[in-house]
Order: sequence, then structure tokens, then C-alpha cells
Amino acid sequence: MMLYAALIEPFVEYGFMRRALVACFALALGAGPVGTFLVLRRMSLMGDAMGHAILPGAAVAFLVAGLSLWAMSLGGFIAGLTVALLAGIVSRVTALREDASLAGFYLISLALGVLIVSMRGSSVDLLHVLFGTILSVDDGALLLVAAIASVTLVTLAVIYRPLVIECFDPAFLRATTGGGTLWHFIFLTLVVLNLVAGFQALGTLMALGLMMLPAAAARFWAGAVWSLAALSVAMAFASGLIGLLISYNFSLPSGPSIVLTAGAFYVGSILFGTRDSLRTRYFPRAHFHED
Amino acid sequence: MSPFALPPAIDVEDLTVAYDREPAVHHLTGSFAPGSLTAIVGPNGAGKSTLLKTIAGLIAPDEGAVRLNGLTRRGVAYLPQLAEIDRSFPIDVIDAVSLGLWTEIGLFAAITGGLTARAEAALAAVGLKGFENRQVGSLSAGQFQRVLFARLMLQDAGVILLDEPFAAIDERTAADLMDLVHRWHGEGRTVIAVLHDIERVRASFPNALLLAREPVAWGAAADVLTPENLHRARYISDGWSDAA
Repeated sequence: MMLYAALIEPFVEYGFMRRALVACFALALGAGPVGTFLVLRRMSLMGDAMGHAILPGAAVAFLVAGLSLWAMSLGGFIAGLTVALLAGIVSRVTALREDASLAGFYLISLALGVLIVSMRGSSVDLLHVLFGTILSVDDGALLLVAAIASVTLVTLAVIYRPLVIECFDPAFLRATTGGGTLWHFIFLTLVVLNLVAGFQALGTLMALGLMMLPAAAARFWAGAVWSLAALSVAMAFASGLIGLLISYNFSLPSGPSIVLTAGAFYVGSILFGTRDSLRTRYFPRAHFHED
Repeated sequence: MSPFALPPAIDVEDLTVAYDREPAVHHLTGSFAPGSLTAIVGPNGAGKSTLLKTIAGLIAPDEGAVRLNGLTRRGVAYLPQLAEIDRSFPIDVIDAVSLGLWTEIGLFAAITGGLTARAEAALAAVGLKGFENRQVGSLSAGQFQRVLFARLMLQDAGVILLDEPFAAIDERTAADLMDLVHRWHGEGRTVIAVLHDIERVRASFPNALLLAREPVAWGAAADVLTPENLHRARYISDGWSDAA
């Protein structure tokens, strides 16, 4: 009965825990595959930058419309997309590389966001935006996160082939059908969308956590794009579930609990994964011998 | 593969391509005849890869033009240098080869029946039968180059551009792949390859273009690869480097 009280009861008794769990599942569905491609495209740090870039949009919306989910999501989406587009344009028309131009714009964006929030809101509001509040996810937020997950999966299914080709051999894509730029921007849009979905629950600082940590961890277990994505989804969801339970049972904040659980998966995978982990490198099993 | 209707000639007209105003290819004029087999040779930084990329449509010329004479992008297959591909990407050999079908199948069409058979046949032709489900990351450089050659075969293009196809691979693989190049030449395809190995060009390529940013000589390989021309290419190239 102890186990029931610790593991099951919270979800049976409390609607907010159920909604948080469903939100984690929806987040995992979108974030898993998007995170997988972020890792494969070596864009992990760019994802981080975009996560911060959505802050001023959410902040402006917060000032104008108060703590409105839809306004803040739209604001965050517009800000994130603007930064991504500006960075992409600058890197294509000038000599500045995309990571540098993105860092430039996201820092401006982040500073603006903090400035705007502190001008008008209280520090509690700022904490809200920075760290999220998955336990106060309402039906509207659930709908938004579920819609974003659906759009993400359908879009990824459509652009899957060119996206894979662009990661693997970009010159081949440009030489055969031209322009990888279109697919790149569609993908960036998906990244921003999923960060917006994540920041409701985890805040802008950690929205990337459910995207990057499971995807990076999956690299130590799986060897194909589809299995990497599937494993990322599974680990992201497990992180949500375990993180929520830890948060509930030990009265810890939910966002950091979830991201730390994902972090535990990540570190565990580095140590014990079946592919190129520390275990396989330093304690290899005997290789096959020809007799 | 079936015998090939000859592709149109590729004409280069007073072509200049520059990076940041520094010309990599300087006032090049000439023509790759339909069905010809040409090696592009020259010192490092002579603009060989740049010329190939311009023909492939990856770089826009600053002056002049490359005329494909009705040939579409699909009709030109391009093999990039090995270093430009992410070989750690998690993809099976058979999938990597099947990318050659990409312009045929587009976003959604399934790879079934006849297409699978074509991919497997291409893999067998490059000597990698049985490697279908291996990851490309587990292949040697030579085996990986064989995979890319199989992909080229699936593209079934009239014009094939190869950027240093034999760099950093073993001699056995280079010989096998050279046989494939000769087969493509025999089928009437136009093949243009950037090479470093002058002896291989002398032995295997009917035509050569000696480039040192500006053209030094273009024609039959034996006439192009004379000691005087090679010396002149080196001299011009050093002059460009000193000026830069």
C-alpha cells in the first residue's frame, strides 16, 4: 500500500497531477523526435539559444494580456521565430556563422525579456516564466501542448526524407533538388513550437531539457533515426512521470525534478549504454574470434 | 543499366568564380563533349573542386556561365568529397544507397519491389553485397566510397561529377571504382573527375583539363599532361598565391 500511495495515488486523487502527466506525454511525443534531429544536426546549443529567445515575446504578451496562456505562447513563438529567421538571414548574407549570429540575437532577446518582466511584473512572475509551472497546467494548456505535438509529428513525417538527407549529406540534397534552406526553416519552426509548448510546463530555461537530454541519451542505445526518436520519446515521458512523482513525494519543484530525472537518464546512458558508452569502451565484452 | 542516349555537351563560357573577390576559377572557356571522360588536375587551390561545384549548380558564377544545354539538375549526379559527409550519421548502407532514388520517389513514395532490386543490384555492382544492413559508420573509407558510387548508379544521370573520388582510399577499391567509371564512360555518360594522381589520369583518362585557377591546357590527356604544362601550372599557381 505504501507503493500505491507513493506511485499511483497522486494521479488518482489529484486532477492537476493527471493533467501534468498528460502534458508530459504530449511534450515527450513532440520533443523526442525534434530533439533527435537537433542532436544529429549538431544544433544542441542552438536549441538552447532559441529557448532563451522566446522570453521577450512571452514577457510582452504577459504585460499586455496578463497571465494568458495563448497570448504568451503566441508571443513566445513570434519572438523565437524572429530570432531564428534573423540569425539565419544574417549568416547567409554576411560572413558571420549561424551559431554566432544566433547567439548575438538571443542574448539581445533574453536581456529584453528580463528587462520587460522586471519593469512591470513581480519577481514571482519572472520565476514563473523562467521555470514554468507544470502543476498548474489547465485544459487550455493541455490542448495547446497536444496540438503542437500533433503538428510536429505530422510535419516531421512530411519532411522526414529531406531532413535526413540534409543531416547526412547536405551537398547531395542541394545538388539533386536544390535548397536545403526550406527544410531547415520548417525544422527551426518546429523547434520553436516545441520550446513554446515546453515553457508552459518547464519554463524557458528548461524547456530544452525534455528535448535534448533524452535525445542525447538515446545516442548511447539506438542506431537508427526512428529508434533514436522512439527511445527519446520513451525516456522523455519516463522523465516526466518519475519527475512528477519525486516532486509530489518530496515536495520539490516539478520542473527541475523532471529535468534532473532526464539528466539521470543521460548520465546513466553515458555510463552504461550499449553503444560507445564508457562501459563498452573500458569494459568491452570479448570480441568474436575466428577459429 | 541500359545504353545511354548521349547527354548534351557542357559548355563553359569565360567562367570566373570567386570567394570573397578572390578568384578560384579565372576566365575559363571550353567544352566537355557529350560522353567524354575528363580528369581535372592541377595544384592545390587551383579551383578544381570549385569548377565541379559550379557545374553541379552548388555555386553561382561571378562572371560567365556554365551552359548545360537543356540538361536538368536531375541529369547531373555529383559526388562530394568524403570529408563533407557526416559518416557518423545513423543510417543503413541500403538506405544510404537508396538516397540515389530521391529525385524519383520524392517525399512519400515507398521503396519497394523494383526499386529495392535496383538498390541491391547497385550495391552488388560495387562489391558490397551482404552489407545492406550495416551502418555506414562501421565502414572503412574505401567501403563508404563504394556506397556513394552505388548511390551514383541509382541516380542514373547522363553527367557524373566526381570530386577526388580516389583520395584516402585503398588501391584495390580505387581500381574497382575506376572500372565502374570506365563502364559509365562506355555507356555514353559524360564523366568529369577531379584527381590528384597524374599517373592514374595518364593511364585511365582520355581527356584532361589542367587548371591553375586559369586554364593551362585542355584536351587529350597526353597533350595536356606534358612536363612543360605541369611546370607552368605550378608556376602560375605560385604566382596567384604570392599575389594573394
